[in-house]
Amino acid sequence: MQPVIETEFRVKQCQNCSQPATVHVTNIVNGQKRELHLCQECSEKQEILKNQELNLSVILQTMIGQHVGAPTDELARLTCPACGIKYMEFKAEGRLGCPRDYQVFQKALEPLLLRIHRSTRHVGKIPPHASRNATVQAELMELRHKLREAVEVEAYEQAARLRDLIRQKEGQG
Amino acid sequence: MNLDIMTQQSGEWLRGGGTDGDIVISSRIRLARNLSSFPFANRASAHQKAEIEHFLRDRLAKFDFLPKLHYLNLANLIPLDRQLLVERQMISRELANADGPRGVAITDTETISVMVNEEDHLRLQVLRSGFSLDECWQEIDRLDDAVEQKVNYAFSEEFGYLTACPTNVGTGMRASVMLHLPALVLKKEIEKVFRALQKINLAVRGLYGEGSRASGDFYQISNQVTLGKSETAILAEIRNVIPNIITYERQAREALTRESRQHLHDKIFRAKGTLGNATMMTSEETMDLLSSVRLGVHMNIIDDIDIAAVNELFIHTQPAHLQKLIGQALDGEERNSARARYLRARLRDIGTQLN
Repeated sequence: MQPVIETEFRVKQCQNCSQPATVHVTNIVNGQKRELHLCQECSEKQEILKNQELNLSVILQTMIGQHVGAPTDELARLTCPACGIKYMEFKAEGRLGCPRDYQVFQKALEPLLLRIHRSTRHVGKIPPHASRNATVQAELMELRHKLREAVEVEAYEQAARLRDLIRQKEGQG
Repeated sequence: MNLDIMTQQSGEWLRGGGTDGDIVISSRIRLARNLSSFPFANRASAHQKAEIEHFLRDRLAKFDFLPKLHYLNLANLIPLDRQLLVERQMISRELANADGPRGVAITDTETISVMVNEEDHLRLQVLRSGFSLDECWQEIDRLDDAVEQKVNYAFSEEFGYLTACPTNVGTGMRASVMLHLPALVLKKEIEKVFRALQKINLAVRGLYGEGSRASGDFYQISNQVTLGKSETAILAEIRNVIPNIITYERQAREALTRESRQHLHDKIFRAKGTLGNATMMTSEETMDLLSSVRLGVHMNIIDDIDIAAVNELFIHTQPAHLQKLIGQALDGEERNSARARYLRARLRDIGTQLN
């Protein structure tokens, strides 16, 4: 992995409290870049200077937690039926698992979107062929997830059935 | 598509020309798109990623779109070739350094690239030299429609195009204009410009995008917001601010001539002298010196070097290009020595041609 030379020219705000950020952390995890910008106070609170790498996920959690409030038991238990990602995993990694997550985690995502974009509603381009078979697509995703689970537990007969069903549905899509 | 032939040309982004071509280098728009019935790339299993890559490669191969796209399987390319594509702005560093099934489809003109299995399943990109956001948008809108005829995009009426990272959701669009701002850097006024841009929610990044250093005084101005604004509105925000930055850079150039003419000339001729005589040269130093020479040519301080030659040197001295041109893999030290040799020879040739 090549080292990334970081030069940011904008005066960033702390991601927690909007004070000018003085601590900038860039981590590369599996080729993915993660940036953090915090003020001195918040960074000390989170001890990132003491132990940068280990605390990355803690900081991200704090950051996402800040936007959506403390995770309720309900949120903590949320799991996407299509891709299997848990809300807590999104909180830790900052990346969603599949298109369905926007619906499944909608309540938690909206405050975050508002913070990033100052809006929660799309007003741009609409794909000309959109939603001609949204239902089929959603079903396909769920079937693929079930197929993966079936293969994992070596339920091959069920897997074969699911595979045929997927092929049939793909024909419609 | 032959990557070795690619090295001979200077590529779309540094082709130069156009109005304000001394300051505006290129314009680019990228759209993040995902398939509706697969998990996002980071969540997809190795098997699913292979399936996605196969599916998209197949669709792109049968794609009835002009100009024609050529598909490159990035997992099969050697790292040097992938680096070459990064230097030519055809793929991201992330995609070059990632693992697993992934690819890119590009046109001969290098104006269009379609990345497969980046952070999103599809990253469409249109790149043009000069200040040409509108042309970029027309082209990428047409490309997007054509792709959408072949695949089902993940789209919701509420949130727009659905992306792996919530920072891209909505239009999925990142539009940017690359500027060469050496005088603002010399006058130490560049940060003022950045602060002004930040206030209107525009980001400034270096040459190779996110997290890269602004080497050679090249800066990319791009939008941050992707949700709640239309593509046209986002493009207008960028388009409206660029002429102001061009004016600031011109004013800074005039001020330099007025206030510190001798220093400016000295800096530019030292840069030219070092490029033509040094025996070891890093990529970073080359970029910085070439930036001064480029400024010198555009301000008519240097009159024996053609601007096209300077632009070409910017790209030919990048690590992968250099190794391709020399025809062998070189480590850091060897590369610095080879780069200096190449620069000496090229500058000598350019001098001979003109005398």
